[in-house]
Amino acid sequence: MERIPILKIGDVLLVSIQIDLQDRDVLALQEDLSEQICDTGARGVVIDISAVDIVDSFIGRMFATIASTSRLFDATTVVVGMRPAVAITLVELGLTLGNVRTALNLEKGLAILRQIGGTRSDVLGRADDDQPVDR
Amino acid sequence: MTAAAAIELPIGADEDIVRIRQLVRTRAQEAKLSLVDQTKVVTAASELARNTLTYGGGGRVVIDMPTNGRRVGIRARFIDEGPGIPDLDLALTEGWTSGKGMGLGLSGSRRLVDEFTLDTEVGRGTTVTIVKWSR
Ligand SMILES: Nc1ncnc2c1ncn2[C@@H]1O[C@H](COP(=O)(O)OP(=O)(O)O)[C@@H](O)[C@H]1O
Ligand SMILES: [Mg+2]
Repeated sequence: MERIPILKIGDVLLVSIQIDLQDRDVLALQEDLSEQICDTGARGVVIDISAVDIVDSFIGRMFATIASTSRLFDATTVVVGMRPAVAITLVELGLTLGNVRTALNLEKGLAILRQIGGTRSDVLGRADDDQPVDR
Repeated sequence: MTAAAAIELPIGADEDIVRIRQLVRTRAQEAKLSLVDQTKVVTAASELARNTLTYGGGGRVVIDMPTNGRRVGIRARFIDEGPGIPDLDLALTEGWTSGKGMGLGLSGSRRLVDEFTLDTEVGRGTTVTIVKWSR
């Protein structure tokens, strides 16, 4: 099992999934992210899945769960970089991900967060700021 | 070209699901399936392998490459000797789960493949066979 790193950039938590996820990796990531959202007071979560070549119902449910959890802590989750083949397959599988925000790529995902106003406008300029954010 | 021989893999733990996804991907590429079709059959295999593990108490998968005239396909047969499925219509109902899933594995993977066969007997076990053909 591998722990997937969670980066904190300003008040955004960034996760980039680079491995073929086992079910227990999925559960661990879900837990780690909930904890971090709560501990850091992050206002946004970006999950980059541009390297992920399949999303089944177990992985898909994680996105929905993280989105709901983050909402409880007043944070917004955006899933970015879904490959077209994955998107087509998810629809046919019947997984709608209705309450999960998606964006084409990382840049657009961060733009969404900025638009919502959940994050400070200087989010990308504060990579050295790893202090918890005042809420 | 002679098709690759059948390969059997165990389904007894999380990591087996990942290994099955990888082998199905390789075979689907060898069968020259499109990227979307590869993704569909790998996703279906992931769902069915998880069912074998979760509900069938573990089992095995047999993967081979059938031919039909000039078409090549990938076939995966998920076999367990678990409790079987008492109400097949219910189990195939989108969104129905007897456990903690999303109820999309059977209904969804049936849509994702070209052929879907389910043999089950209460007390004896379940075998699900899927085939995806090259276009
Ligand atoms: N191999 C199996 N052995 C016994 N029951 C199964 C098996 N596969 C599926 N089932 C039953 O069918 C139901 C629906 O399966 P599925 O559509 O994959 O949804 P989920 O896995 O989310 O429950 C399961 O909840 C389970 O009751
Ligand atoms: Mg299932």
